[in-house]
Amino acid sequence: MAAPSGFGARAVKFLRARVRLLFDRAESLLGLAFPPAWNPLLNLGALGFFFFWIVTASGIYVYIFFDTGVTQAYDSVEYMTREQWYLAGVMRSFHRYGSDALVIVAALHLLREFGQDRYRGVRWFSWLTGIVVLVLVFVAGITGYWLVWDKLAQYVAVVTSEWLDALGIFGEPIARNFVAPGALDDRFFTLMLFVHIAVPLVALIVLWVHLQRIAKPRINPPRGLACGAFVSLLALSLAHPATSRPPADLASVPGEVGLDWFYLAAYPLLEILPAPLTWATALFLFALALSIPWLPPMRLARPPRVDLDNCNGCARCFADCPYDAITMVPRSDGAPFSAEARVDPGSCVRCGICAGACPTATPFRRASALSPGIDLPDLPIAALRDRVEAEGRRLSGRGRIMVFGCAEGVPLEGLASARVGVVRLNCAGQLPPAFVDYVLSRDLAEGVLVTGCAANACHARFGILWTEARFARTRDPQLRRRVPAERLRTLWAGRLGRRALEAEIASFARALEALPPPAPVRRAPGLPATREVERA
Amino acid sequence: MPELARWAGQLLFYGLAALLTGFFATRPVWQQFPKDRAQITIAFVHGGERKDACTKFAAEEIARLPPRARRPSDCGRERVPLRFELALDGRLLLARTVPPSGISRDGPSRLYEKLALPAGRYAITLRLADSGRAEGFDYERRFDIELRPLQNLAIDFQPDRGGFVIR
Ligand code: HEM
Ligand code: SF4
Ligand code: SF4
Repeated sequence: MAAPSGFGARAVKFLRARVRLLFDRAESLLGLAFPPAWNPLLNLGALGFFFFWIVTASGIYVYIFFDTGVTQAYDSVEYMTREQWYLAGVMRSFHRYGSDALVIVAALHLLREFGQDRYRGVRWFSWLTGIVVLVLVFVAGITGYWLVWDKLAQYVAVVTSEWLDALGIFGEPIARNFVAPGALDDRFFTLMLFVHIAVPLVALIVLWVHLQRIAKPRINPPRGLACGAFVSLLALSLAHPATSRPPADLASVPGEVGLDWFYLAAYPLLEILPAPLTWATALFLFALALSIPWLPPMRLARPPRVDLDNCNGCARCFADCPYDAITMVPRSDGAPFSAEARVDPGSCVRCGICAGACPTATPFRRASALSPGIDLPDLPIAALRDRVEAEGRRLSGRGRIMVFGCAEGVPLEGLASARVGVVRLNCAGQLPPAFVDYVLSRDLAEGVLVTGCAANACHARFGILWTEARFARTRDPQLRRRVPAERLRTLWAGRLGRRALEAEIASFARALEALPPPAPVRRAPGLPATREVERA
Repeated sequence: MPELARWAGQLLFYGLAALLTGFFATRPVWQQFPKDRAQITIAFVHGGERKDACTKFAAEEIARLPPRARRPSDCGRERVPLRFELALDGRLLLARTVPPSGISRDGPSRLYEKLALPAGRYAITLRLADSGRAEGFDYERRFDIELRPLQNLAIDFQPDRGGFVIR
């Protein structure tokens, strides 16, 4: 395995940064037209499912008319396209273009997860199962083209079987089936049809496994996006229906073939390059795809620790964890609560959202050392409070703002100034809402600005969602009522959002200056504290 | 951006996505084989003769064998390689020695070759030796053929049908 400082590791890192930047740009470009919830690039997994269902439904329909015979196959497909163009023909187009869309969004989804560095560490699981699904999708697509038994099918059949034969593990060369008319029999079609149906079923099972470590996975695109995708698929199907090439004829070579480049882009290479080279390349790429989560392995921070003395079993952390890494288990310390939280380090991405959810993670606590029920050892809530206080002491003048920003969002370097304090979080969702109240009631700043990833693009999936819900007082732990709305802002601007953040800070500062100056703080920090644990 | 422009932008995106999907689903066309050429595909599976002739055992030799292994003769399983030739208008175009398959070299030989030729009239000669002889051939077939552009002429070998089969 490459050393973390090795050339390979640097190359992967460089590539990742490039891909990430590309996606950031594309996402914000689409953001000009799409509301964040509908942005196609922020819904790639869900779109994958959407197209999968479309391909399945249209596949069932065309199956009714499909005939598995050397000559009947082509004719039955022609019947659909010509005689029953208005339904079977459209279904056939849906089946083809839906499969194309499926492989496009799956490939983009793969690239995006790679760019976001969401394939290493505990995410190897989603990555590996994703690769398996992608291979299965390709197998399904290729066997699909085979079934039509037109010139393209013939081409696919010959090139595929020659490639498989080059392995030399099949007794009878498969390609011999395709050298002359009459060599092929109907059983072959039955076999292909079986593969074409069985493989997507297996893919569906693997997809289910794919989502096993994702809490509340988004498998349905929002209605607006689903409508758009459906209508554009329909428009394409009507304007440019899927058709067959001339029927396969083994007495002649196809010569010229219109390839579906989404599925068959490798075929010209398989044809031209020597088989040992293409096999070696394919195996190398496959092995690379499977091993990239460990090239190099991610250095993970320590997982959150549960402190039973401060855990009352309220299960908020369990409800908020985006990766199903927390389970509620029977009490192990005899305390009179029904349950306690337990973290599975193998599923946990160290986002800290659980700490932000814990009712005991409140900076107001002074009696004991600030130790919430659940906390990240490498960025504990107590350290966040120290940082907030230090920043607060540093600020002066009017329009002072405390910025809480996450590690994956707007870059915060050089943002701090006499009027701007900066506190970094792993994820916006790591911030217990009590911190906002704390900053304002202690006059550490006049306003609080929470910023992070772009809207609907939270790196830890639910950080933005939960933060907004906690601030809106629709999800526990809720922001206290006494926090004035005009002193709290959020800005979901993403990595390209530095300018937007600076503009937001300027406008927020002006708005704060227009408000009456905050009342002097009565309680100096350090005085005997009141225990302000929020009700569970 | 005003609301209308945003809707227009979405429309533009969907239109582009559909256009690109529809385009690359069949285009650009791939010229897989030159239009003015024809192809000869030689594909057959045929086992050469056994390498060693069977040795007949004498009666006393059979008696000496363990009871379960008594048999009239002993045959090596290994096969000889095939020699195949294809000549075009008297010119040798393809000569192959095809070893038997299998780890113990007892399986049939497999040949799969493709040749691309300009379309036109040819006199084709096929020869095959499957007996392990060093000189000459056991099978030979000559024929004239007019190859159309893009034609695929398949050459098989089936000894029970008299040798080379043209399809
Ligand atoms: C048809 C194919 C696929 C479908 C339908 C699909 C679907 C999904 C869905 C719905 C999610 C959850 C997203 C969320 O709710 O935040 C997800 C997550 C994920 N997928 Fe896929 N996926 C597919 C293929 C792939 C492939 C090919 C890869 C890469 C090899 C991949 C890698 C991942 C990863 C790493 C995650 C986890 C993201 C995270 O940690 O937040 N998927 N996928
Ligand atoms: S750090 Fe994030 S992933 Fe890990 S247990 Fe807490 S909420 Fe779940
Ligand atoms: S949120 Fe805190 S108190 Fe509630 S179960 Fe989790 S660790 Fe325990």
